Amino acid sequence: MSHHLRRRAAVAVCSLLLAAGCGDDGDEAQTQGTVNVFAAASLTAAFEELGEAFTDANPEVEVVFNFAASSELVTQIGEGAPADVFASADTSNMTKLTDAGGAASEPVVVATNVLEIIVESGNPRGITGVADLADQDLVVVICAPEVPCGRYAADVLSAAGVAVTPKSLEQNVKGVVSKVTSGEADAGIVYRTDVIAAASDAEGVAIPADVNVLAEYPIAVTEQAANPEAAQAFVDFVLSAEGQAILASFGFLAP
Amino acid sequence: MRLPIPALAFAAVAVAFFALPLVGLLWRAPWSGAWSYLTADGALTALRLSLVCSLWATALSIVFGVPLAWALARTSFPGRGAVRALCTLSMVLPPVVGGVALFFALGRRGLIGQYLDRWFDVQLPFTTAGVVVAQTFVAMPFLVITVEAALRQLDLRVEDAARTLGASRWYTFRRVTLPAIRPALVAGAVLSWARALGEFGATITFAGNFPGTTQTMPLAVYLSLETNPEEAIVLALVLIAISFAVLVGLRDRWFGTRTTVAA
Amino acid sequence: MSLRAVVALQLGTLDLDVEVEVRPGELVAVLGPNGAGKSTLLRAVAGLQPLDRGVVEIDGRVVDDGDEVFVEPEHRPIGVVFQQYLLFEHMSVLENVAFGLRARGVRAAEARTRAHDWLARVGLDEYAGSRPRALSGGQAQRVALARALATDPRVLLLDEPLAALDVGTRAAVRRDLRQHLASFEGMRLLVTHDPVDAHALADRVVIVEDGRVVQAGTLAEVTARPRSRYVADLVGVNLVRGAVTDGVLRTAAGAHVVIADAPAGDCVAVIRPHSVLLTREAPASSARNVWPGVVVDLDRRGDRVRVDLDGPLPLTAEITVAALDELDLRPGDAVHAAVKATDIEVAPT
Repeated sequence: MSHHLRRRAAVAVCSLLLAAGCGDDGDEAQTQGTVNVFAAASLTAAFEELGEAFTDANPEVEVVFNFAASSELVTQIGEGAPADVFASADTSNMTKLTDAGGAASEPVVVATNVLEIIVESGNPRGITGVADLADQDLVVVICAPEVPCGRYAADVLSAAGVAVTPKSLEQNVKGVVSKVTSGEADAGIVYRTDVIAAASDAEGVAIPADVNVLAEYPIAVTEQAANPEAAQAFVDFVLSAEGQAILASFGFLAP
Repeated sequence: MRLPIPALAFAAVAVAFFALPLVGLLWRAPWSGAWSYLTADGALTALRLSLVCSLWATALSIVFGVPLAWALARTSFPGRGAVRALCTLSMVLPPVVGGVALFFALGRRGLIGQYLDRWFDVQLPFTTAGVVVAQTFVAMPFLVITVEAALRQLDLRVEDAARTLGASRWYTFRRVTLPAIRPALVAGAVLSWARALGEFGATITFAGNFPGTTQTMPLAVYLSLETNPEEAIVLALVLIAISFAVLVGLRDRWFGTRTTVAA
Repeated sequence: MSLRAVVALQLGTLDLDVEVEVRPGELVAVLGPNGAGKSTLLRAVAGLQPLDRGVVEIDGRVVDDGDEVFVEPEHRPIGVVFQQYLLFEHMSVLENVAFGLRARGVRAAEARTRAHDWLARVGLDEYAGSRPRALSGGQAQRVALARALATDPRVLLLDEPLAALDVGTRAAVRRDLRQHLASFEGMRLLVTHDPVDAHALADRVVIVEDGRVVQAGTLAEVTARPRSRYVADLVGVNLVRGAVTDGVLRTAAGAHVVIADAPAGDCVAVIRPHSVLLTREAPASSARNVWPGVVVDLDRRGDRVRVDLDGPLPLTAEITVAALDELDLRPGDAVHAAVKATDIEVAPT
């Protein structure tokens, strides 16, 4: 609660110095001001709702999001982009940040995700599991091995012992989703959250836990955060019961 | 004529604006490992695919774009302005949107694509032909606009003169019009080629990304940025070097010494 | 065997409805002000402008009847020299001249030989390898002429062939053109706004004004009886033939005309009636030319009066009614006629 005290102190000082032009732009900003959240693209919908809920609880704080591929975000932060919070879609990109000394706190996993096979609504090709993806007549797309969803998909396929010849290695998971929902591809491997987000345009075929992977979403306050107090408050909110409920509603699993 | 000092200063800033990012790439380039990145199988495959596809796209842009420019410059019909806007729309369209739009037209479920698939067993997405289609879609307007402007500037009476000398329309076009607009045609073709070579968004959306089939250099660069930024820089520099060599070479060959304007 | 063109068409504000006939070996000049429709008439004959109504007939063959028949320009037996010459800038002079032959399927080697011949005829073979932009205006015109004639057309059409030249070179180029045109035996149709061209080059003139033929005939006929003020102004000029030496033209009757610039040799001097100043006494003005004369006829047209003079140099002068009243001229009166040398145009014959 120390930040509350300090805030009160700041308000008191400001009251005294009002005539001298003391504004609200002092170094003392705590759970007020702006928080820049750099979050993985797959968190977009869930974090936007989280942001609104957080602002409802903390009206003094404005949350600004920058959604992109985790690897891009790490590069941006490394080049000095004004990030306060980094939420990654995998641990390896978070490790890149911590290895470079870019994290102010130990990363915490806020959510997990599993993979599913995404097919068109109604599952016209009757796909029941990973083994069916080996069919040469099927147009299968997965993510490129360079991005997390592609690494995970490769893990799933090798764990299941299935050889698949994908038609395309998409640069991100949304590319896989759109190829399936537009009918260009018959099946793809994506996160469970993506299937839920696609709603009626697609449906998912579960991948058994023994061959599935558990994708972890770590979050951390950055070293260069201009507003570490508010940044920490945001991270705390994501971990709170309310935050977890919102994540769960988008299909994320608890850490 | 000498440029006034302020204009020179602005011009210098403009040069720096284009040169500095390139210098930045060179500065960050991992020169020691460059050769191994370059000669890696994937890089060469992507480079070859890029060159083949962009040349095809340029050829298609010329074959279809010159007649289109001709029609836009020389004929008058209701809605010509709208047709011109339509044919150059892909210049301003975000390429990814262009790729999605190509799906709707030529994809497996697209307006035309469903019949290509059903009747001819032709599928464009995920094929090299799809890459060429996506590149042509974004590149052709550059040729159309350049050539149309040249055709408009051309003195039509020169073509009249050719006709009175016994030249058919086609002979006149080949021997009089085409040579007169050749600098613009070359410039337009080079612009189209450069645009096709650098094409990313429409390609990855419409044709997907698969090494050897649809993974062109820009796609390879983008994906290697995910894991190996050093490799990405090297590949990007190769792309830049090739484009630069072509642009400089063509300028000397076609634009430097001769200016052909029909009187 | 002739060219007959009955051309009726609407083009913007131009309402053209004229008839022109050119007989074999004849050079007809269509004379008229800018915008009269002269060039459109020529384009219609060439097939570059389809007719609304009428007929264009070359040697008895209909090439345009405003309806079903329309022969494309490339299939008409014509050659055209355009006002700006319109040489192909990306080709050499030789390739320009050979163009028509090549377009008609003549083999390259033969086309080059014939093009060289034509260039030699117009005295420009040494420029065969040059680009058109290296040529002077007069040279470009000769190349354009050679290019048009190289395909052996039945009809040669010339659109203001001297208008693109500056005044200084026009007289000399006109003389060359006259020579070259004389060597072509086909029909020639010349469009010009300059009566001097018509005087120097044409056998007959057709005067077109506002899209209509206002008068036609030989120059002598038209000059003798101009049917309108416009025609009178245009062609009602004094033509003085003679030999030029040292800037002075001497007529057969012994009159001297001082002229500003002209090549030596046989020439025709053009003196416009309104340039002639009449006085009772010998004037002390800067005019270099003063001739005595006797009034033989007065012809009043509106507010102007044409005064015919006889003497060593017969002239027609045009003065205002006010000037006539002041001078109180009557037939038989003696007057002096003065003309500034710079007001006299000279064309070689």
